[in-house]
Amino acid sequence: MNTMNWLPVYPEIVLLVMACVVAMVDLWVKHPRRTPTYLLTQLSLAVVAVMHLIAFNSGLTHYAMQRMVVADPMGHLLGFFATVAVMMSLAYARPYAADRDMLKGELFTLSMFSLLGIDVMLSANNFLVIYLGLELMSLSLYALTALRRDNLNATEAAMKYFVLGALASGFLLYGLSMMYGATGSLDIGEVFKAIGTGTINKSVLAFGLVFVVAGLAFKMGAVPFHMWIPDVYHGAPTAITLLIGGAPKLAAFGITVRLLVEGLSGLANDWQQMIIVLAVASLLLGNLAAIAQSNLKRMLAYSTIAQTGFVLLGFAPTVVSVNTFSAANGYSSALFYMVTYVLTTLGTFGIIMLLARQGFESEHIDDFKGLAKRSPWYAAVMAIFMFSLAGLPPTMGFFAKMAVLQALVSTNLAGYFWLAAIAVMLSLVGAYYYIRVVKVMFFDEPVETAPIVAGGDVRALLSLNGAAVLLFGLLPGGLMALCRDAIVKALTT
Amino acid sequence: MGLLSLAIWLPILSGIVLLAMGSDEHAGMVRRLALVAAIVSFLVTIPLITGFNAGTAAMQFEENLAWVDRFNVRYHLGVDGISVWFVLLTSFITVVVVISAWEVITERVNQYMGSFLILSGVMVGVFAALDGILFYVFFEATLIPMYIIIGVWGGPRRVYAAFKFFLYTLAGSLLMLVALIYLYYKSGGNFDILAWHKMPLGMPAQTLLFFAFFAAFAVKVPMWPVHTWLPDAHVEAPTGGSVVLAAIMLKLGAYGFLRFSLPIVPDASHEYAWFIIALSLIAVLYISLVALVQTDMKKLIAYSSVAHMGFCTLGFFIFNELGASGGIVQMISHGFISGAMFLCIGVLYDRVHSREIASYGGVVNTMPRFAALGVFFAMANCGLPGTSGFVGEWMVILGTVKFNFWLAALAATTLIFGAAYTLWMVKRVYFGPVANDDVRTLADINGRETLMLGLLAVAVLWMGVYPKPFTDTMHVSVTELLKHVQVSKIPAAN
Repeated sequence: MNTMNWLPVYPEIVLLVMACVVAMVDLWVKHPRRTPTYLLTQLSLAVVAVMHLIAFNSGLTHYAMQRMVVADPMGHLLGFFATVAVMMSLAYARPYAADRDMLKGELFTLSMFSLLGIDVMLSANNFLVIYLGLELMSLSLYALTALRRDNLNATEAAMKYFVLGALASGFLLYGLSMMYGATGSLDIGEVFKAIGTGTINKSVLAFGLVFVVAGLAFKMGAVPFHMWIPDVYHGAPTAITLLIGGAPKLAAFGITVRLLVEGLSGLANDWQQMIIVLAVASLLLGNLAAIAQSNLKRMLAYSTIAQTGFVLLGFAPTVVSVNTFSAANGYSSALFYMVTYVLTTLGTFGIIMLLARQGFESEHIDDFKGLAKRSPWYAAVMAIFMFSLAGLPPTMGFFAKMAVLQALVSTNLAGYFWLAAIAVMLSLVGAYYYIRVVKVMFFDEPVETAPIVAGGDVRALLSLNGAAVLLFGLLPGGLMALCRDAIVKALTT
Repeated sequence: MGLLSLAIWLPILSGIVLLAMGSDEHAGMVRRLALVAAIVSFLVTIPLITGFNAGTAAMQFEENLAWVDRFNVRYHLGVDGISVWFVLLTSFITVVVVISAWEVITERVNQYMGSFLILSGVMVGVFAALDGILFYVFFEATLIPMYIIIGVWGGPRRVYAAFKFFLYTLAGSLLMLVALIYLYYKSGGNFDILAWHKMPLGMPAQTLLFFAFFAAFAVKVPMWPVHTWLPDAHVEAPTGGSVVLAAIMLKLGAYGFLRFSLPIVPDASHEYAWFIIALSLIAVLYISLVALVQTDMKKLIAYSSVAHMGFCTLGFFIFNELGASGGIVQMISHGFISGAMFLCIGVLYDRVHSREIASYGGVVNTMPRFAALGVFFAMANCGLPGTSGFVGEWMVILGTVKFNFWLAALAATTLIFGAAYTLWMVKRVYFGPVANDDVRTLADINGRETLMLGLLAVAVLWMGVYPKPFTDTMHVSVTELLKHVQVSKIPAAN
């Protein structure tokens, strides 16, 4: 299939066209809450999500544009989740943004462009396309962070995000250029084959690999490349934190699979050790630093680092055993973990924004005092999110942790048992700061007495989000099977 | 839908309905609904015992459905002679707890009642689960309602106690999770507990598994030296919370030893029996002494619980039928007695708002009816013949005599120490002249309180006078278990 083949990239095309349309339409929208723009955006995203889902269901893998892009089930599944994540982020963000003079056409257009970047990354089959998507996503997110340009925290966060993000992109690009130099190709499949021949200069490859892994670790937010996460999560307006912390995580997962697994699995013995170090360091630092935070957004930022550590653990074990079955086991566990994490995080930030009002951010843990008295329902929903992040049954987070631990133990190697033991003990540390939020909501007396105002759509969506985290905790089978199918197909083609 | 599913989900669903009922405006309605739900949930469990076939050690009332195909996790329920009584105990205690909270809890009534009903269903789930992950899910899920119960309705140091309870228990059970996953891997991809019972395992693996299970269950029982969360949790929890903690939650740990440690890793269990026996004896002797010097009634009963649970673990790890059956009988009996003791303290606390022994004295003069019941339960707590407390302790001591006379002699001292700390408390609280004005104005227990204590008194007496139904039900299952534990599981090639 060497001709131009548009079919596999229809979701991306629709997204691009609609992003432009939304930008144009918004010029004529005078509505203060931008309802027409908002609805048009959500509608376009819904169409994109459905297209991803249909393509995923077909279960086929297409290459297009001289093999520059690939449309496979994994890319479509992640694309579907990312689109849904952006839809939810925008729904949660709208009232918050309206109160802070951020509800402009740019919010919608830039979100759609960042999603386009994510989609491009997910369907990339070429180093340059990955980089292209990455930059499109990142530049949109930098601009979004600075959307509230009269706010000191937000601009500072945008600056940090931009400088460190650019550095990370540089790392990645440098690493990829090394790979290109060594193998003579930018095509992921070609690189894989070239490494397989065993005639490539090993030291150049290893050198390039270090930079690739460092770049990915930057984007994922793994220790020691995590420095930007707390500041950006904390400084960015919560609505934008949601856009940064949701869908882009799925993209980071996607390109990790594309680069490390599909492209560089010949070097697995090398990158796997780096991943283990990154994972354990992330678990350790993330969990310990989160304890000391009094700002909820900052605490969640460190918790993100810890959760990333768990996702990376899913990448650690699988190459030990040669067959794809056990490789699929680890990566699909990591994928399920990532989806769980994104779904839970969206809800958590949704609740933070629910409690925020004009001139009040509700981002300190103490702002949640006595929530159970003010609104038992949302306190319960938030408690579900916290228990899920802590990995307690009967929530989704438990099965996510179990799946990753299972992948570690299935290697039947003593070193990995210790890794599993370390991981569970550190998640015990994690449980402390998550249940502290529950404590504040349920055991303390409220200081705020203002009623919680929110539109019906946000209320319904938050309740649904909580119900989903609980429901997938009771019946995780279907979602797990989807994740495994996607990964198996990605590995076998 | 099978009986066990009904016994699990009926209370959970009704608990969720209660949670959804919102504010305290409908408190009266909520109480009545909770009572109805608890009674119906209890009635549902009765056919389990009437329809139970005591002639087989096989699992009964089994339900086995696929749950999470990806990991071959199954919704597999069933009870044998060991677990069936605990299902009934759980649903019975829940009825008592609902009655005990009737006028006492006035704030967030629906959340209180809802939490206890959910907790009840989840605990039935622990006793009925035959799938490793299903067991773990129920086992861990008990933490959430209990954490809320202690933290919301507890005493002044409730936050500290709630966190300690939560983190201690979680620490133990997370290691068990790794053990379960290891067994999953070893068994070629299933979480079936009954299949694990038959699976051969080398000694190094058995040792690690044994200690992973030990971490989870010893914290829950609790055994010395990881018992320190219990006095805090008991003291700070509301009366209902203490009752459920002592009567049922502690049994989850002891039950875990029977269902997991003994049959899955029998060789390691034999190898390290001395370790468990030593810890159990420390619990019996040392913790009894600690109980003696307590000035807080709830703390005293909490330490007494640790000592009594030491008897159960002692009974399990001497590997004879008298010991094991005695341990199980002791678990059930302790469920009734400790529950009743905490309810008695609750009755006094509701009136005087003090748990200090020194705040009381001569209660018998103003509350004769209550004092009669209170002294009865105290006698049961020190193992007076004719009460259920005697049966279990006596069986375990007899079993221990067969194992080693001197150990039995040490264990038997509990009859002295138990009597000492319980009766001394009784003397200081109930007897003597009226100590102060608080006691002088005490009103005797009303019909509701008489009912809840009376129910437990009947159970204690019945089990003490005629324990045959209990021992008969468990006989075959216990013999099978012990037979199974005698056979080494180390593969011959090793």
